[in-house]
Amino acid sequence: MLKVRGLTKTYGDTEVVRGLDLDVRRGECFGLLGPNGAGKTTTLRLLLGLTDPDSGSIELAGIKVPQMAREARMKVGVVPQLDNLDPDFSVRENLLAYGRYFGMSKAAVTARVPMLLEFAGLANKADAQIAQLSGGMKRRLTLARALVHDPDILFLDEPTTGLDPQARHLIWQGLRRLLAEGKTIVLTTHFMDEAERLADRLAILDHGRRVVEGAPRALIEAHIEPAVVEVFGEGLADWTRAHAATLCLRHESVGETLFCYTATPDSVIDALKEVPALRYVHRPSNLEDVFLKLTGRDLRD
Amino acid sequence: MIKHLRLPRLSWRFIPVWQRNYLVWKKLAIPSILGNLADPMLYMLGLGFGLGSLLPDIDGMSYLSFLAAGTVAYSTMNAATFEVLYSSFSRMHVQRTWDAILNAPMTLDDIMLGELTWATSKSLLSGVAILAVIWGLGLFGNFWMTLWIIPVVALVGFCFGGMGLVMNAVSPSYDFFLYYFTLVITPMVLLCGVFFPVTQLPPLLQSVSAWLPLTHAIDLARPLVIGRVPDSVALHVTALLIYGSLGYVIALALTRKRLLK
Repeated sequence: MLKVRGLTKTYGDTEVVRGLDLDVRRGECFGLLGPNGAGKTTTLRLLLGLTDPDSGSIELAGIKVPQMAREARMKVGVVPQLDNLDPDFSVRENLLAYGRYFGMSKAAVTARVPMLLEFAGLANKADAQIAQLSGGMKRRLTLARALVHDPDILFLDEPTTGLDPQARHLIWQGLRRLLAEGKTIVLTTHFMDEAERLADRLAILDHGRRVVEGAPRALIEAHIEPAVVEVFGEGLADWTRAHAATLCLRHESVGETLFCYTATPDSVIDALKEVPALRYVHRPSNLEDVFLKLTGRDLRD
Repeated sequence: MIKHLRLPRLSWRFIPVWQRNYLVWKKLAIPSILGNLADPMLYMLGLGFGLGSLLPDIDGMSYLSFLAAGTVAYSTMNAATFEVLYSSFSRMHVQRTWDAILNAPMTLDDIMLGELTWATSKSLLSGVAILAVIWGLGLFGNFWMTLWIIPVVALVGFCFGGMGLVMNAVSPSYDFFLYYFTLVITPMVLLCGVFFPVTQLPPLLQSVSAWLPLTHAIDLARPLVIGRVPDSVALHVTALLIYGSLGYVIALALTRKRLLK
């Protein structure tokens, strides 16, 4: 569905995308993860033909981009990072106006509006003004708008950033429904739980390169020990010196917390119980551990 | 900018953009028309009657007719300029409507052609409203001749729409547009014969005036009001077309640099 080879893009002296390869199969949800400035949004812009690459090739739904970007965008629905619904139009009018940009007749869009509103959970808001909608409703409408021309593939740039848990779950439900209908989804996100939940496969980008690619479970198993015990509290430094090397397969001190990666969490916990001043959280390892291991813990501002 | 400079690829896809602006305008049409027209009409009638009664005829026409012909061009210029400055800027920068449209199979060429044709349409409305006042007050020489003012007004709207889009492309905020008004529009109004004949200016300013688009607009509109065929029609039409098209092409390159880098 999407094939990217050797994609590069430079702004001034900064190489934002450096030789990126990607393959997204039909019907899958593919996650693009990476810290701020990793090149996720630039990659999406390149894929849509909104900016020209310095080198490399893109094939989107079998169509070459940027040469045939217009034709390719007919097949794609986009949910951008920042809401850009038309504030001068009602919910329904937003869908009607957007359909026209795809060359659809008013009758064709009108026929799809009830289905789109139902999908977005906005059936009773058809005539509401955009300013009256909550953040979650706006996102859902943006998603419905991206579906107005029944695209084969959807690009979502951080679709749930800034939403409360209820609203996020609604968006996820909607996306699962689209996957069940056979749509292909490419999604960027900062939220590891979101990627773990939705993505069949994902790539972690850093400094414009693909660091790793694979299914979330497989990546966790390949890169991280099965369990993590996070330890913090008074006397942590002494405990770390005395026990970390023997009890943990791998350990890492970050600020006031010790991350102990282990296959046998019970033995770590037994040892911790003898030091009441230390508190701990025991959890299975997750995608965030992979992400932080591969991209480091430094802030990217 | 040079990297982004190329001939625009024009297509009919600009129509949905025009239509989007039209549908929004339609919601507020009455206040928008009144707001757009009250100002030039008050100036024209106030100055025309008030000042005009003190003044002799100019080139065989009353001051009110003289001013009315200038106001047609001036009000058209203002309508087009305001539209592509403040309104287009809202759509491009504040509301990010252009970003949304660019995710559809639309190009910046389409969007900006839609904006330009929309600004032309709105300014056409402004110009025709002044023309209606001219008809109503019988300020014209030959009614059939005044119908030529309609295409002239469209051309003037196109010209200033294209020029204004350049400002839109480089502006960081609304405040920036004030420079364009103070440094370009207002001097032009005073130099191009809206309120008084250009021949009253010192020779140096007269030769500057000859290059300005509003002069060409007025040189077409004024004879048509009093029922004369304008001199050098081809020159004036070409000048207005060049200013407008050049503005559109440069604005396109600058906006491409701004949004599609």
